[in-house]
Amino acid sequence: MPKVGVVAVGQSAFVRSYPGSIRELAFEAFRDALSGSGINANKIEASLICSAPEYDKQRTPAGLIAEYLGLNPQPTFYVESVCSSSSSGLRTAYALIASGLHDVVMVLGFQKMSEISSAESQERMGRGADIQWEAPFGTMMPAYYAMHARGHFTKYGTTEEDLALIRLKSSTYGVINEKAVFRKSLTLDKIMEPKYIATPLKMMDCCANADGSSCIILASEDRAKDLCEKPVWVKGVGMATAPINMAGRDTFSGLKCANLAAKRAYDMAGVGPKDIDVAEVHDCFTIAEMMAYEDLGFAEPGQGKELIRNKETYKEGRIPVNVDGGLLSKGHPIGATGGSQIRTIVLQLRGEAGEIQVPNAKTGLVHNIGGVGIYGNVTIFGVD
Amino acid sequence: MGFEQFGVVSFTATTKAEKFVDFLREGKVCGTICKACGAKFFPPRSDCNVCLSDDMEWFEILGDGNLLTYTEAMYAPAGFEKDVPYLLGVAEFKDGKVFGRLDKSMLEDGITPGMKIKLKVVNLEEGRVSYELTAA
Ligand SMILES: [Zn+2]
Repeated sequence: MPKVGVVAVGQSAFVRSYPGSIRELAFEAFRDALSGSGINANKIEASLICSAPEYDKQRTPAGLIAEYLGLNPQPTFYVESVCSSSSSGLRTAYALIASGLHDVVMVLGFQKMSEISSAESQERMGRGADIQWEAPFGTMMPAYYAMHARGHFTKYGTTEEDLALIRLKSSTYGVINEKAVFRKSLTLDKIMEPKYIATPLKMMDCCANADGSSCIILASEDRAKDLCEKPVWVKGVGMATAPINMAGRDTFSGLKCANLAAKRAYDMAGVGPKDIDVAEVHDCFTIAEMMAYEDLGFAEPGQGKELIRNKETYKEGRIPVNVDGGLLSKGHPIGATGGSQIRTIVLQLRGEAGEIQVPNAKTGLVHNIGGVGIYGNVTIFGVD
Repeated sequence: MGFEQFGVVSFTATTKAEKFVDFLREGKVCGTICKACGAKFFPPRSDCNVCLSDDMEWFEILGDGNLLTYTEAMYAPAGFEKDVPYLLGVAEFKDGKVFGRLDKSMLEDGITPGMKIKLKVVNLEEGRVSYELTAA
């Protein structure tokens, strides 16, 4: 396969309620990516706009955003896999470039969740599951992940305290992330307050809704070296799917789509879990990070709790995970989330991650899940 | 009456599988079985993804199942607020896994994954109908 490199990354601040329209929100990440990069709109040959459509009054946001960013008359289209939309966008950009069709492609993810109320938002997210056979019972994302938490607890003896340790780690880094929505320092006692959302998941096991945008620009090998001093290369793009309906699932202690996507990404990149220096995983709920440890092979099934108990996923640990605070602290603006994870890994591999820099990070991984394990995207990046 | 009568709030008005609701009214929770290749489906499918046939017959999910997992939801999406708190779970039966509400009265005696479960039909307000998982 030809090499494809990331040449610029950007992200808006993730906030509770963005004081502007979606085009303006998209521009925030675009400006952040382009500023100081030497890249301008004229160099972008195609754009992929990624979000979950049900939040917007605007129909077909790709056309609107491409115009506002000054990207006409180049091709643009919309890529959607709910919470993993911008990782699916990156996968698509990779294919467009590796095929030789385009040399420079932009992936822009955005979500303005504050367009609708929190209850409406839960209802829409619940409809990200099977609306014919499951939504009539009153489904919502926390309940689905809660059933996985119960599955993990039952099978492996994981506890609510183990999940709380994941949130504690998240807050350690959320406090220092200026782009995060949740920057309060947390204690274990606070995290363990019995404010249940869907048992055994409590308030602090859940990420917050947010408005935000992210922007990733990718290029072919020659163009990447041309455009960027330190391109970060896409080494593996793994994706897999699993049945949307819980009745079709084999297990409630892990996400099969993530496990298979990881295997595909590792195979393509020619690396294994032990080669990963730093990772971003989709911690929409604490249990999601616990399952990611195991689905990605950072720990054997059932041993994820040992990783967090021993602080192995802290910045100083064996495999640092979500040292930018993750979704739990940053917030989770659906379509923007994957791009934000990718940005963190790219900054790490460039050695530009500042206070959260993992020393000598050469290989990084992004795990980005859509729905409750419907879509699994695992992407591996490297410095050469 | 069609499929829009299924569950607390239905998001699907038209489906070829709407007989599911008629069976619920007879007290049966049913899946489909492909007459061409014998594949069994729950939730019911109108089309067989194994052999492409659309020649299906209905079968009832019978016997005791095994509770795989559950949660007690303390918040609800729009349209379900009056039911809070409510239980959701998955049980495995001989002929497939079933997702749905759990009978709230199960909370009194305690709920444990692995416990024996049976299905029962429940009549809701305004002629709506659903099923629940309950202790066997
Ligand atoms: Zn068949």
